[in-house]
Amino acid sequence: MEWEAPGIVLDVRPFGETDVLATVMTEEHGAHRGLARGGQSRTRASLWQPGNLVQTRWIARLSDNLGAFTAELIHPAAALALDDPLALAMLRSACAVTEGALPEREPHPRVFDGLLNLLANLPRGPIVLSDLIRWELTVLADLGYGLDLTSCAVTGTTGDLAFVSPRSGRAVSTEAAGPWRDRLLPLPAFLLATQNPATAADWRDGLRLTGHFLARDAFGLHHKPLPQARLALYDRVTALAEPTPETDPDA
Amino acid sequence: MGGPEVDRLIALLAKLPGLGPRSARRAALKLLQHPESRMLPLATALAEAARTVRSCTQCGNLDSRDPCAVCADPHRDQALICVVESVGDLWALERAHVHRGRYHVLGGTLSALGGTGPDDLNVAPLLARIREGGVTEVILALAATVDGATTTHWLMEKLKPLGAVISRVGHGVPMGGALDVLDDGTLAAALRARRVY
Repeated sequence: MEWEAPGIVLDVRPFGETDVLATVMTEEHGAHRGLARGGQSRTRASLWQPGNLVQTRWIARLSDNLGAFTAELIHPAAALALDDPLALAMLRSACAVTEGALPEREPHPRVFDGLLNLLANLPRGPIVLSDLIRWELTVLADLGYGLDLTSCAVTGTTGDLAFVSPRSGRAVSTEAAGPWRDRLLPLPAFLLATQNPATAADWRDGLRLTGHFLARDAFGLHHKPLPQARLALYDRVTALAEPTPETDPDA
Repeated sequence: MGGPEVDRLIALLAKLPGLGPRSARRAALKLLQHPESRMLPLATALAEAARTVRSCTQCGNLDSRDPCAVCADPHRDQALICVVESVGDLWALERAHVHRGRYHVLGGTLSALGGTGPDDLNVAPLLARIREGGVTEVILALAATVDGATTTHWLMEKLKPLGAVISRVGHGVPMGGALDVLDDGTLAAALRARRVY
């Protein structure tokens, strides 16, 4: 058994003294594990970093064997994100969510394409958070837990959608939310139309929204918690959204 | 092969880094052939080290004294602390004679997938050392990996309010490294960290 394809490194764990067990996601083969010999060596360690795009070759005797990876670097996303705490947090979160939520060896081309774009755009700064939240919605939809943000679950109207039901995952308008608005999840406007500008508070609300359904459906059903890297990203964005004494005129 | 004692010796040696069953057999044979000159001194040294060597309560280094020789050295710059991931990194910097301050060994890096969280790192003693006063600069010398950089950013945020200057080691072209053989990640890091002359 053998295949070769561009792949994104999702997870790397030391194996023995010199090798690593890597999880790589490709468009055609999904999240795939394999042994990368010499992956801890001085020359190969920089390649086997989460987030890197690599030209991967997987070889095994039988299809259900673990198999062995060899790879060449295509895009050093990890190295480019190292100096930027937010970019690094997004990279870690996206890789951890993909690795934890998707079943092994099941192709998810939309998730792969979204992740590829996300990693390529990380140097653009915080605005990539909008793409990351939309990509998490894609992950949920690909796994069969897609949210319905097209119309109000109560009235059927398509305007003034401002909340999402944490149970059904359907949008709710401001009018229909009424006294239950505190129990609903805020729906940031940038998720309804791409031209809507997003603020740090919108990103926080967006991460809260997707985080709720990822935790309940994608991870909770497998009795797994939301990855630590995803929680850390939410904390970082929450800190961005909270006014500091310098920026808060009321402080 | 040579009785249970020899088998046990080989099995224990094979667990050491760099040694497999084959090389452990060779090492065991060498030791057994020179019991007086090699085996007994080694056994004594191992027993002595196991009995006396402990983690330094100040920095986390391994030494038979507490505080360790580095922390107790009055000629070292007390205002400078270099934070490293492991004792191996501390020894590497000491071998190079490039740092004349003190150290702090974290004992790992934050790793979401490896399950290492903030509580697993030796951070509280570092914060206490800085709060005591007298520390003007903290150098973060952690690995240029995703986990190392995450830990660096996290530590920077923790240490910033304490007032000391926080710096990190440079990433880029190694000594003797020709550009055409460097990987793309290292080249990118080197270009981003370029200096103006």
